[in-house]
Amino acid sequence: MKLPLTLGVTLLLASTVAMAGQGRLLATGGVTEIEGQSGGGIVPWAVIAGYGTRDQVDGTAFVTGLGTGDYDLTALGAAIGIDNRFEVSIAKQHLNLGTLGELIGLPGESLRQEILGLKVRLFGNLLYTPEPQVSLGVQYKRNIDGAFVRSVGAQSNHGVDIYLAATKLFIAGAFGRDVLVSLDLRATKANQIGLLGFGGDRGDGYNVEAEASLGLMLDPQTVIGVEYRRKPDNLGFAREDDWSDFFIAWFPTKSIALTAAYAALGSIARLPDQQGFYVSVQATF
Amino acid sequence: MKRAGNLLIAVMFLLGTGTAFAAGARTDDSLYQALGGKAGITAIVNAMLTNVADDMRIVHYFADANIVHVQHGLVTKFCAITGGPCHYDGLNMVDTHRGLHITPAAFNALVEDLQAAMAHLKIPLATQNRLLARLVPMRNEIVEH
Repeated sequence: MKLPLTLGVTLLLASTVAMAGQGRLLATGGVTEIEGQSGGGIVPWAVIAGYGTRDQVDGTAFVTGLGTGDYDLTALGAAIGIDNRFEVSIAKQHLNLGTLGELIGLPGESLRQEILGLKVRLFGNLLYTPEPQVSLGVQYKRNIDGAFVRSVGAQSNHGVDIYLAATKLFIAGAFGRDVLVSLDLRATKANQIGLLGFGGDRGDGYNVEAEASLGLMLDPQTVIGVEYRRKPDNLGFAREDDWSDFFIAWFPTKSIALTAAYAALGSIARLPDQQGFYVSVQATF
Repeated sequence: MKRAGNLLIAVMFLLGTGTAFAAGARTDDSLYQALGGKAGITAIVNAMLTNVADDMRIVHYFADANIVHVQHGLVTKFCAITGGPCHYDGLNMVDTHRGLHITPAAFNALVEDLQAAMAHLKIPLATQNRLLARLVPMRNEIVEH
């Protein structure tokens, strides 16, 4: 119950203290990825949450749902962007085990994870420098259902992901439209982004995984794109696959962004070929 | 799927360098023509300045400016950087904006006023973006660091 309180306080802070600087251009804050940091749908970008420039503080809040038929994943959280330099975020994920829960005799069972995120922009500007915007990000993840994840072979119920992200928007990059290119290198022990714990019987060291997003701005309000996220494969009981998606994000104003995607998540806990629709709403204060 | 992901990552590196080269090419007056030549550029600048006049975020930067001088300078600059037959002989971008303390947010506000002006004049998005791509490199000379 701590998280809703934290979320409430964050939203309150965002709405009262922040006073919406919103000095950056539309869509340049990205949306909120599934772990609560600014980015695409399943991959963080180097951008800082909200639309603040230096001396401005913005807040965002998001809720995301992803259903594969067998599983349902929901995530919600909030972030604050400070001076277009720092980002602090919290998120909570809730994976309803659905079909798997019935197979293992635990109908209605779910796995929950809390994530505290920090991101700092090291150098560069998404739009205005020849070099990309480069940020260092950290995600501290704690799986609340530690007994379950240990029972499937995870070494720990908590872990820290560290990544370096480089993101650039090429103005008129293709077909006269702006092109977004983003690459991450992430050091992680997480199984299924932490929903199945950290480390496993097949390996307990850090893996360095590449993640990428490629987007095309159809107009100043609309981005379509693809994402790909490589993942470790630490658990012997079930193979883990890379994730990918196709997305469309719409930014009618600087206050709101809507994202729809089709995500292919591969095999999850022995249920093969998990894929389905993803929808996300982000509000910016 | 894994192979597709690796391919995507490789393609993005190539695309990144390729588009950077394309943005640097500036050998013809096609953008100047696409914007409607001197008359088209003048209409864009006038529409942008009209937006600025109503923009509480930045109108104060122009409080002491000679607006005729500003308008002429902008038209000439836009004409010159789009390949048009104009020679900008005013002050350079650093000196023009010296002492104005232009913030990143103020610069972006002007970009938004320009985008709104071009949208109002129904300039095709690709043409709008090509002009923005030519203007963006000047940003670091305009914004106070």
